[in-house]
Amino acid sequence: MTDLSFSPRSRPPGSPPIGRREPPLRPEYERTVTATGPIGDVARPLSPWERLGNITALRRLLVLAAVAALWQAAAVWQNNPLMFPTFTDTAAALWDAIRRDNLLSMAWTSLAVLLKGYAVAVVLAVLLTTVAVSTRIGNDLLSTLTSMFNPLPAIALLPIAMLWFGLGEVSLIFVLVHAVLWPLALNTHAGFTSVSETLRMAGRNYGLGSFRYVVTLLIPAAFPAILTGLKVGWAFAWRTLIAAELVFGVSSGKGGLGWFIFQNRNELYIDKVFAGLVTVILIGLLVENVVFRWIEVHTVRKWGMVR
Amino acid sequence: MNALTYPQSVDSDGLSERPLLDVSGVTLQYKTRRHLVTATYRVDFQVFQSERYVLLGPSGCGKSSLLKAVGGFLQPVEGTIRLNGRTVTKPGPDRMMVFQEFDQLPPWKTVKQNVMFPLLASGKAKRREAEEKALDCIARVNLTKFADVHPHMLSGGMKQRVAIARAMAMEPDILLMDEPFAALDALTRRKMQEELLQLWDDLRFTVLFVTHSIEEALVVGSRILVLSPHPGQVKAEVNCDGYDHGAVGGAEFQALASRIHTMLFAEDVESGVKGPRA
Repeated sequence: MTDLSFSPRSRPPGSPPIGRREPPLRPEYERTVTATGPIGDVARPLSPWERLGNITALRRLLVLAAVAALWQAAAVWQNNPLMFPTFTDTAAALWDAIRRDNLLSMAWTSLAVLLKGYAVAVVLAVLLTTVAVSTRIGNDLLSTLTSMFNPLPAIALLPIAMLWFGLGEVSLIFVLVHAVLWPLALNTHAGFTSVSETLRMAGRNYGLGSFRYVVTLLIPAAFPAILTGLKVGWAFAWRTLIAAELVFGVSSGKGGLGWFIFQNRNELYIDKVFAGLVTVILIGLLVENVVFRWIEVHTVRKWGMVR
Repeated sequence: MNALTYPQSVDSDGLSERPLLDVSGVTLQYKTRRHLVTATYRVDFQVFQSERYVLLGPSGCGKSSLLKAVGGFLQPVEGTIRLNGRTVTKPGPDRMMVFQEFDQLPPWKTVKQNVMFPLLASGKAKRREAEEKALDCIARVNLTKFADVHPHMLSGGMKQRVAIARAMAMEPDILLMDEPFAALDALTRRKMQEELLQLWDDLRFTVLFVTHSIEEALVVGSRILVLSPHPGQVKAEVNCDGYDHGAVGGAEFQALASRIHTMLFAEDVESGVKGPRA
């Protein structure tokens, strides 16, 4: 008990050691809580400016406008329309291409191929990861395959694909599947493994069979990671497709966006090349900010899984 | 109002004859990367219909492992666990778990869907019936206003109430609660304990409750299994029916609490005195 003597409470009053202060002893009181005045308002409406600033689309449009302005300024300053057309020239060329060169239907040709490959890859990824989470050997299979094929550029497979499947859509779909499958499977698998143990136990408590367990529990629980995988896969697919079209040109008799760019470069319509690139960018922006954003808002954001 | 029908009257004549849950000689082990850890050693206990049976012990006594074994998540190396005479081999909806962690509720389902999920998944009810049952159970835990809200909008106590409602809706043979209120603040915990007792009073379900708090054990339980640590072995079984929060300060309550306290910690003091193993 002697050890406790350093505690301030056990010290005899009236003999404070030098340099050690006691807190002052103050009277107690109780109050009744009164209604708060206007100051204590729980919620106050935001000013119009604050509300405008909260609109993400508006902020992003502002960024786009700034980029366009910068482009215009740089191009005007360069003054070399053959190498670097201005933003307004490109916009005009884009409009022209849409009206006369059927740019939209070419974009659609590309998109249609892309969607087919993407869909096949998504199905394969789901199957592969389902096997991977249900068995240990499946897990080994998936990790080995993803580490083997994920670093392999899809476009590098195109020559082989053309040899196997000929100069057509099937070859493109093959490389697209390769581009999407591995990053998506990797992300999905990472998502599955990060599902909390408690949630897994809750799911098994319900007596779910392994397929229903994956579909009704693991997939939604891993959805933030899966969505990231879908986005990455989309970007990879888009890149791969445009590159494939640029390198190998026309596929199945109908040209896509990559072909449009390639052709116009050959004829030195550089403003149209830019228009083609802008189309690629616009479609990318649209898918990211409209399609994926919509999915995100209606799933993971609504569920409070991401901010 | 009578959507919930617990089989309380079935056994009215033979209540004391056959235990609902029979755990006999159960040794539990689990592997870490380096060691094979024995969590419990030859534990026996029986739980009867409508009991509020508490597994009490310090951390490391394997009480949670025991509960998981009853839940079917962990296979005993030795001994058997029987529920209604059938050996427990895997998890199933006849034993609903309420966990300590708040993330036990799938975040993509609203409160109502969360409660309906196991009913539909186990094929226990069709959609209409499941919805009715869910709403009834949600009303019992006072969350009617939040039926269509996603779990991330709820406080910790509310999430635990949803988990309880979800388990109750299944009308399990036994409700397994793994320190369900441990992550709550003291005021909420007390309220939840009272609500659980109120629910039990209405429905007379059987509950197996794990806690490390002597006070909680005495308030919530009707019978307590006291476990010793490393590995968990049965130390005593104590009756504690009829204590509520009002009794906490009472002499009888305090006497029982300190008796259990001595059982749990006497050994530590002894071994501490004895020397280097402390």
